Amino acid sequence: MEVIIALAIGVLGGSGIWLLLRPRTFQVIMGISLVSYAVNLFIFSMGRLSLDQTPILRSSRASEVADYADPLPQALVLTAIVIGFAMTALFLVVLLASRGLSGTDHVDGREGE
Amino acid sequence: MMLSWHDHLMIVPIVLPMLVAGLMLLMGEGRASAKAVLNVVSTLALLAVAIALLRQADTGPVQVAAYLAANWPAPFGIALALDRLSATMLVLTAVMALGALLYSLARWHRAGVHFHSLFQLQLMGLNGAFLTADLFNLFVFFEILLAASYGLLLHGSGPQRVKAGLHYIAVNLVGSSLFLVGVALIYGATGSLNMADVAVRIGQVAPSDRMLVEAGAAILGVAFLTKAGAWPLNFWLPPSYAAASPPAAALFSLMTKVGFYVILRLSLLLFGDRAGESSGFVQQWILYVGLATLTFGTLGMLASQNTGRLAGFAVIISSGTLLSAVGFGRVSVTAAALFYLVSSTLALGAFFLLQELMERSRTFGADLLAVTLEAFGLDRSAADTEDDTGTADIGVAIPAAMAFLGLSFIACALVLSGLPPLSGFVAKFALLTTILNPDGLTPEIGSPEPALAWVLLALLVVSGLTTVVSLTRIGIRAFWVPSGRAQPRLRVIEVFPIAAMVVLGIVLMVQAQPAMRYFNDTARALHHPDDYVRGVMSTRQVGAGGAHP
Repeated sequence: MEVIIALAIGVLGGSGIWLLLRPRTFQVIMGISLVSYAVNLFIFSMGRLSLDQTPILRSSRASEVADYADPLPQALVLTAIVIGFAMTALFLVVLLASRGLSGTDHVDGREGE
Repeated sequence: MMLSWHDHLMIVPIVLPMLVAGLMLLMGEGRASAKAVLNVVSTLALLAVAIALLRQADTGPVQVAAYLAANWPAPFGIALALDRLSATMLVLTAVMALGALLYSLARWHRAGVHFHSLFQLQLMGLNGAFLTADLFNLFVFFEILLAASYGLLLHGSGPQRVKAGLHYIAVNLVGSSLFLVGVALIYGATGSLNMADVAVRIGQVAPSDRMLVEAGAAILGVAFLTKAGAWPLNFWLPPSYAAASPPAAALFSLMTKVGFYVILRLSLLLFGDRAGESSGFVQQWILYVGLATLTFGTLGMLASQNTGRLAGFAVIISSGTLLSAVGFGRVSVTAAALFYLVSSTLALGAFFLLQELMERSRTFGADLLAVTLEAFGLDRSAADTEDDTGTADIGVAIPAAMAFLGLSFIACALVLSGLPPLSGFVAKFALLTTILNPDGLTPEIGSPEPALAWVLLALLVVSGLTTVVSLTRIGIRAFWVPSGRAQPRLRVIEVFPIAAMVVLGIVLMVQAQPAMRYFNDTARALHHPDDYVRGVMSTRQVGAGGAHP
């Protein structure tokens, strides 16, 4: 499981960074989205990976802390996702404004040589 | 134990702008005059609260006061903490905001919708970032202030701003991702997000996890250095600041200081004496980065032809000076750096505002403004007759406009370059003496070799010299070369903030002794964070002993 998560983060982050460095604004926004997915998965895995464990305490279950998933990273990821959404939407608006004003989708507002 | 109204004062700088911004959003897109009044009242209230908090932090019974939001005890809930550094930054924010706001009332606040709401949200984010004692909460406030700053940077629209905004947003989104990775690593290794709690736990981290903490701190550091405009992460800064409308740029000159504030706070809190093996590992890096930034800013200043870009490089010089001073890790140098921070921020804010007035009589600047106003269907006469008594199209003009501009320009140049007699000189003098005379001080961790002190000394002097050269060049071109051009007509409301910031610089110079006393106390508390940790961790809940054991 650790390997799968690590690979997923690595692939998402790597492709995200590659796209981020491309000259088209659409590629940049895709890159930012992929990087933020990678970051969200990363935060999630910082709460330690475990299977079949709830983050909510129940009286019927065992009282060992180790039997529960860490709820904090889950809450953090939720916040990060919401903020990431808002920022992506805002970036999209600026991207469209730039396209409209400059007539090109190059990040510098004009075609490079 | 019940809280009196006095204890709730600490949350006001966050809640008030939030409520006012919400109210202004409900008012729709018009009614700029009513919004302007609300905005000014709110900002004045923020200034009053900030000054009250400053007094409380300086002379109050506790060194560090904490406010437990939602009444959870410190490591579990989100706490706000107020010490001298936070209080200083709050006052500085309110002063800069008031100046930028008054200036914008002359015309800029009508160049786009929602200026006032964004302005208040920006203040909320800034105040929150200065007050919070929680790493993730810091991220949230950073996002709030950044989101508002995207809007303010684009305020007025136009191709130049949209292009600069695109780069600015992309850089900051990546910075935010790094921020999150850093916070997650620190949480993974220490199991806490409360700054004071992390400071305690960081010394107890298992040796196998130490690398995680240090990697987390380094990644976090990269995010903050980007925001502070440190080389090589600052190529976004001069174009964005030059493109922003002057009131927004004046407020932005404070934004780089947020990055610096966090670096100062966290490097001394998390990697001070308590940190065990990790202690002091960031200082050296901050010093090198600061020196590089200072060099870059100096070269950039010499190379820039346009006043807006020049001001951007002045911001970078200011950041570089601050970072390298903090990298020394000495109490007295930090105190001098804080004095420099206040003095240079005021001068930079005034300079950003002044810069537009100087450009005003040039045709290029006038064209740009005309296009912007036209885009929003407000040509100048329409904009002015709406709320003015409407006799002249420029309102109350002050006499001797050129003389005023020239004098303010000279004052800003003196402060920025650190020449006597204004506050910039006091700040640079304090920096240079404390760098060279560490007498009577307890040796601090990670003090760099004396050679680096000489390098910093040389760089500071050279950067001052190049500032003089560049500003003189700009000044000659703006004031002496043009012959027979029309006197620019300035309104009182545009002139007042600039004059007030310059006068504050003079007050800071006259009152240098009490100010330095205050900053020395601030720096001492920062370098010995036990009080901070105790203040945050030992604050009792309201009705303690009851609900949450």
